[in-house]
Amino acid sequence: MKTDIILAGVGGQGILSIATVIGQAALEEGLYIKQAEVHGMSQRGGDVQSNLRISDQPIASDLISLGQADVIIAMEPMEALRYKQYLSTDGWIITSSNPFVNIGNYPELENIIAELKAMPNVVLIDTEALGKENKMPKAVNMILLGAASRALNNISFEKLAESIKSIFGRKGDAIVEMNIKALEIGKNCQ
Amino acid sequence: MCYLWPTNLSFQSKKGKFAPQESDNIMMKKLLLGDEAIAQGAIDAGLSGVYAYPGTPSTEITEYIQGYQKATGADIYCRWCTNEKTAMETALGMSFAGKRSLVCMKHVGMNVAADPFVNSSITGVNGGLVVLVADDPSMHSSQDEQDSRYYGKFALIPIFEPSSQQEAYDMMEYAYNLSESLKLPVMMRTVTRLAHSRAVVTLKPQREQNRLNPVENSRDWVLLPVNARRRYASLIEKQEEIMNLSLESPFNSYKSEAKEYEMGAIACGNAFNYLQECFPDGIPFPVLKLSQYPIPTNIVLTMAEQCKSLMVIEDGQPFVEEQIKGMLPTECNIVGRLSGALPRTGELNPDIVKAAFGIPVLPHADVAQNIVARPPALCQGCGHRNVYEAINLVLKEYEGSKVFGDIGCYTLGALPPYQALDSTVDMGASITMAKGAADAGIFPAVAIIGDSTFTHSGMTGLLDAVNANSPITVIISDNLTTGMTGGQDSAGTNKFEAICKGIGVDPEHLKVVVPLPQNMEEITRILREEINYRGLSVIIPRRECIQTLTRKAKAKNKQ
Repeated sequence: MKTDIILAGVGGQGILSIATVIGQAALEEGLYIKQAEVHGMSQRGGDVQSNLRISDQPIASDLISLGQADVIIAMEPMEALRYKQYLSTDGWIITSSNPFVNIGNYPELENIIAELKAMPNVVLIDTEALGKENKMPKAVNMILLGAASRALNNISFEKLAESIKSIFGRKGDAIVEMNIKALEIGKNCQ
Repeated sequence: MCYLWPTNLSFQSKKGKFAPQESDNIMMKKLLLGDEAIAQGAIDAGLSGVYAYPGTPSTEITEYIQGYQKATGADIYCRWCTNEKTAMETALGMSFAGKRSLVCMKHVGMNVAADPFVNSSITGVNGGLVVLVADDPSMHSSQDEQDSRYYGKFALIPIFEPSSQQEAYDMMEYAYNLSESLKLPVMMRTVTRLAHSRAVVTLKPQREQNRLNPVENSRDWVLLPVNARRRYASLIEKQEEIMNLSLESPFNSYKSEAKEYEMGAIACGNAFNYLQECFPDGIPFPVLKLSQYPIPTNIVLTMAEQCKSLMVIEDGQPFVEEQIKGMLPTECNIVGRLSGALPRTGELNPDIVKAAFGIPVLPHADVAQNIVARPPALCQGCGHRNVYEAINLVLKEYEGSKVFGDIGCYTLGALPPYQALDSTVDMGASITMAKGAADAGIFPAVAIIGDSTFTHSGMTGLLDAVNANSPITVIISDNLTTGMTGGQDSAGTNKFEAICKGIGVDPEHLKVVVPLPQNMEEITRILREEINYRGLSVIIPRRECIQTLTRKAKAKNKQ
């Protein structure tokens, strides 16, 4: 059983935190992991992505091939679209519907949404509204991860929650609880 | 020379001469970046000091060791150095004293460290010395994609190129043992894709550090021609042993039994993974997995006898392909990046390697219509923004002005909205290029350089400009940190006025401003005055990096 995940967003949106939580959970499950990240120049407000591969068999490449990804998890709708050629024909896109507009020529949002909806399996989530509604604007990335948890076929929801505990533990109980709650909100929002 | 493929990719099955002894201790597993695996590998090999200047994708190695040192109180020296040359020399000094040292840099840092690096193979080493160079194929965060393996060959030393995080970890102790046995520095070359990718790594028990054991025969280390000739002859003598080490390396393996012999593949370092990815049911032809150099000539000759053609898959430049073209009988067809079978530029990926073997890609969607590029930009609230606003405002008043840029966050001033830079070449080139341009008659010639880049390689150029009293305006945009790589200590913090005065900058033309919107009138006035002064001026706009400031505020709130 393998899950190839592309994580996408804009520098600072918490993509690498999502990757860290999934990675830690996979480590706890005793699975093989390869997770290619983007560091350096692109982190300054540019587009960032991470290729995260999890399997019960050894993994060769750090990078995912065209048409191979099982799921794209994106914090931003245009960034979700950017990698659609990497998605397998029956793969899923789970993305925030909230655009991050830090460039002058950002395309029409409705065109982006229409192009996303033309893909076979897409879940669009208004993470910003959910974050505001539940007073956790800083945990929207965990809301998104919660929503994507069903597509992570070799990692259980409980393991993700445990992973949050071990990663955010040093930041205090309140932060841990908020992030786990965010995960649950995401899971139940579909 | 045949042996079975390990089923587990964490490559450990063949034990080499320098492999550490097996231990019954409970193995610890950690999810580590390639860089972190290298750092942990060095620590566990008995490291006494790491010397480095931050540079993507190598920065996390030193940061990891710093974190480890802080958490455990281990006696490992790990402060940042002023540049790669000082790092290389200091590491050599620690080796002289008999201890194990590590020097880390990005590929272009190797150009800066090249003088001590090449000569360290003439002196040789005492304590083990690993020179870690992280290359950046595809230039994710760099100005070129030079291949450091050429430097290793140039210096006539062994080169390691790991294919996985586990192998990177395992190689460190092996490399230190080999370095001390050969009495030579060794190079470890990695690439962005491995440096910045995580995987589970199994750790081994930690080895104790070497005791202080200084070199006794100092004649070997005094490179007067009379000694250097003898040392060089000794280095040449060692080449046969170094070749044998490659032939026997536990990190190189040749799988000769195959279903077909039309073609064979030589896969270097990380490229081995892409090859495996292309053939999930097993590679049907002979394969040489190459992770230690020099190229094991005899294995390649055997391959050439068995196969009609050889495909060389390597990230970076055609280092192996070029060499084996000169090594093999002409009937054997060599293909790779040089022949055009693989693209000549950019990093490899599984799809590129598939295409080279004629394997169709999986069915997939077309590239999206509604996407645009999202280039990186200076942070909102960053002081460099105010500096570029001032430069653009003032330089509008002059015809023919040129701004010479440098390497760092402020290189983003070349992109919209500022588009303020006319050049960016290498660390420190802003000042010296501005001087050369001014020598040729360009006016105004303005240099903009960051604080950390200035101490890295700008100070010597400033001395040239001072000595000639060049009519250039040097702006040292000081944000009190090494920003682009994530906020490491900057060597000159709180010393810039003193450094400039010490170099001989006229105090009348050394100005400090605070780059904030409310100070724009003052900043533009000073800039205009100093441009109009037909001699050397230095302006230091100083305001802390918004990223480090926010981080510190968060840490304070927590307390």
